[in-house]
Amino acid sequence: MSRDHILHRVRTALGRSAGEEAGPPPPVRLRLPESSVESRARQMLACVEALAGEGLRAATEEDARACVAAAIEGKRAVASNAPYLERCGITSLPGVRSGITDPDELRDLCAAADFGITSADYALADTGTLVLLASPREARLVSLLPPAHIAVIPCGRILTGLDELFSILPDPAAATSSMVLITGPSRTADIEQILVRGVHGPGRVMVVVVG
Amino acid sequence: MSTEFDRKIHETLADAKLQLAIYTATGRLKAKRVEMVAAQVLPDYQELRAHAHAIKKHAIENLDHYLEEFERNVEAHGGKVAYCKDGTEVADFVLALARERGARLIVKSKSMTTEEVDLNERLEHHGLESVETDLGEYILQLAQERPYHIVAPALHMTRYDVADLFARRLHIPSEVVIEKQTAIARSVLRQKFLAADIGISGANFLVADSGAVVIVENEGNARLTTSAPRIHIAIAGIEKVIPRAQDLATFLKLLARSATGQALSVYTSFLSGPRRGGEIDGPEEFYVVLLDNGRTRLLPDRGKRESLYCIRCGACLNACPVYRKIGGHAFPWVYSGPIGAILTPQFMGVAHEPALPFASSLCGACGEVCPVKIDIPKILLELRSDVKKSEAREKQHRLETLAFRAFAWLMRHPRMYELAGRAAAAMAPSEDGGWVRNVPGLMNIPPVRAWLSQRDLPPAPAKSFREMWRRR
Repeated sequence: MSRDHILHRVRTALGRSAGEEAGPPPPVRLRLPESSVESRARQMLACVEALAGEGLRAATEEDARACVAAAIEGKRAVASNAPYLERCGITSLPGVRSGITDPDELRDLCAAADFGITSADYALADTGTLVLLASPREARLVSLLPPAHIAVIPCGRILTGLDELFSILPDPAAATSSMVLITGPSRTADIEQILVRGVHGPGRVMVVVVG
Repeated sequence: MSTEFDRKIHETLADAKLQLAIYTATGRLKAKRVEMVAAQVLPDYQELRAHAHAIKKHAIENLDHYLEEFERNVEAHGGKVAYCKDGTEVADFVLALARERGARLIVKSKSMTTEEVDLNERLEHHGLESVETDLGEYILQLAQERPYHIVAPALHMTRYDVADLFARRLHIPSEVVIEKQTAIARSVLRQKFLAADIGISGANFLVADSGAVVIVENEGNARLTTSAPRIHIAIAGIEKVIPRAQDLATFLKLLARSATGQALSVYTSFLSGPRRGGEIDGPEEFYVVLLDNGRTRLLPDRGKRESLYCIRCGACLNACPVYRKIGGHAFPWVYSGPIGAILTPQFMGVAHEPALPFASSLCGACGEVCPVKIDIPKILLELRSDVKKSEAREKQHRLETLAFRAFAWLMRHPRMYELAGRAAAAMAPSEDGGWVRNVPGLMNIPPVRAWLSQRDLPPAPAKSFREMWRRR
C-alpha cells in the first residue's frame, strides 16, 4: 500500500536517504540497586497489599500448597503448566484442572473457573508486579479470564524492578510472543472516577511468595 | 473564532454540573500525579524526563530507520506490517482482512489513533460489528460521543447518565450503582470477547529492536482483545516507535505516573508476532498498521516536530486551566487540551480552527508536567504566528494592525498620550466595576465586544503618575 510513499515523505522531511544508518541512540539507562532477597520479598508483598491484592508468604512449598488449598476450597480452579506449581503439589489439589494444551479446552475452562493459578517468570519488588511470559508452561488466559488470580513464586525470582527486568531480558521478544506485567487487580475509574476492581481481568489477585 | 468553538465553550461554562465534573476529575488526576513524581517517591524524575525526551528526539530524527527495523523484526516473528496514509486505507485494510477470513465481530481496545480516523463508523458502514471494550469507550460508543479526555474518556458523564444510557441501549432496568454498572459491562463484553474474530488494539510504543507493540491499560480489555480472538491488529501512529526494549524502563516509569498517578498501570503487554510453536493460546495472526494521517506533515519543522514525542498521558489536560474550564468536547478534534491545541492545527491545518492556539493563557503548566518535555507553550506561540500568517484571519489581522499602529503612534507622542490618558480618566467612574464596556457604541463592535465580555480596565486612579511626578 502506502509503504514507500510514507517512508519517502519521512526521509524527505528529515533530509535522510534510503538505507541511511541512524547515529548512536542515547545510552540505555538502567539502574540496578543492591537489595537482599529478603528485602525484595518484603517489598513485593507490601506493594501487592497496597494495590489491594493479597500478599502471602509461605516458608516452604508445602506451606504454599496449603495457602492455595485454603483459598480455593470448594471452588473450581485452572492451573497453568508451570513446573513450579506441580513441584508445590498445587496441580493435584482437589478442584484444580491442569496440564491443558488444547486452546479451546483451556479457554472454556478458564471462562468457567473461579480461580486461575499461575507461577510467574519474574516479579518486580518496587511495584508489586508479576511478569508472565507466554510459553508451553504459562498460557495467557489463565491469569486473565477467571475472576481471581493466584500466583505462586519462589522468592529468588523477585527482581528489584523494571530496570533489572530489562537488563536480564534485553529483548523479551526473543523468548516469547507475549510478556505481560501484572500490577494488582484489574481496575477502572471510568465512571465518576470511582475505583472499581475486576472490570475485565481478575478483581482479586493473590501472590504467594515461597521461601 | 468559529461560532461552533465559541458556542461549545459557552455551553460548557454555563453547565454547573459539568464544570464540577471536569474540575473534580482533573483535580484528582493532577494531585495523584504530583504525589507520584515527588522527589521522595521518584528521585530521578527529572533525569527520566530528559532521557525520555532524548530517546524520542533520536527516534523521530531517524524515523525511517526505526520504522524499517521495526518492520523487519515484526516479520521475523511471523507478523505483518501495513503502512496506511489515512483512515480510508486503514478501513480498507481491516475490511479486506475481515472479508478474507469471514470475520464479522471485532472487539476493540482503547486507541486514540483509531478515533482519529473514525474506524468504528467506517467498519460498521460496511456491515462489521466493532465493539469498544474499555468501559469508558464502551459507554461513549453507546452514547455515540467522542472521548472527553485522553485517559478518562467518559469523564463528563455521571452514574445517572450511564444508568439511562444502559437502560435505553441494553434494554435493562435502570441501575445507578457504579459497581453494578461495571459488572453489566463486564458480562456483555465478556461474550463479545469470546465470540470475536478480530481484536483491534492501539499501541503505546512500537519497539524497533524487538518488533513488539506495547499496550498499557488497567482494565484487562486490551489483554483480552489481543489474546482471545484469532487475529490481532494493532493500529499505531508512525511516531510511536522507540529504538530498544530497554528504553521501556524509562518510558514505563513516566507514563502511568503522569497519566493516572500509578507506579505502573495494571497491565503492560509486550507483544511480538502471533502465538509461537508450543504456546498454548494467543492470536494466530498478528498485524501492525502504521498510520501517517498527517504525521509526516509535522516532520520538516525542527521545533514543532517535538509534538510527535507525545505519549498520550493526558497530564497536560489536567494541568491546564483552560481545559479545566472548557472541557474536552469544545476542542475541534479528538485530541483536547494543550496537546490537542498543538496537534490539531498541525494535523488538520491552522485554518481548521484558527482560534485554537489562542485558547491558552500560556501559563506554562502543560510544559512543566509533560513527561517527555515537549515545549507546548513555545509551539503554541509558533502556531499563533502561523495563524497570523495564514489568510484565514486576514480581516481581523488588519483591524488589530490598525489598533496597534494607533497605539504605537500615541506612545511616540507624549503630549497626545497624556491628553488621551486624561480624557480616558475623565470618562471613567471612580468606583470599582467595568467602565470601558459602558462607553457608548464600543460594545457594538464585535471584536471589541468579544474582548470586553471577559475583561475590562480597572477604575482610573485619582491622580495619574505624571501628575504625582510633577508634584513630588
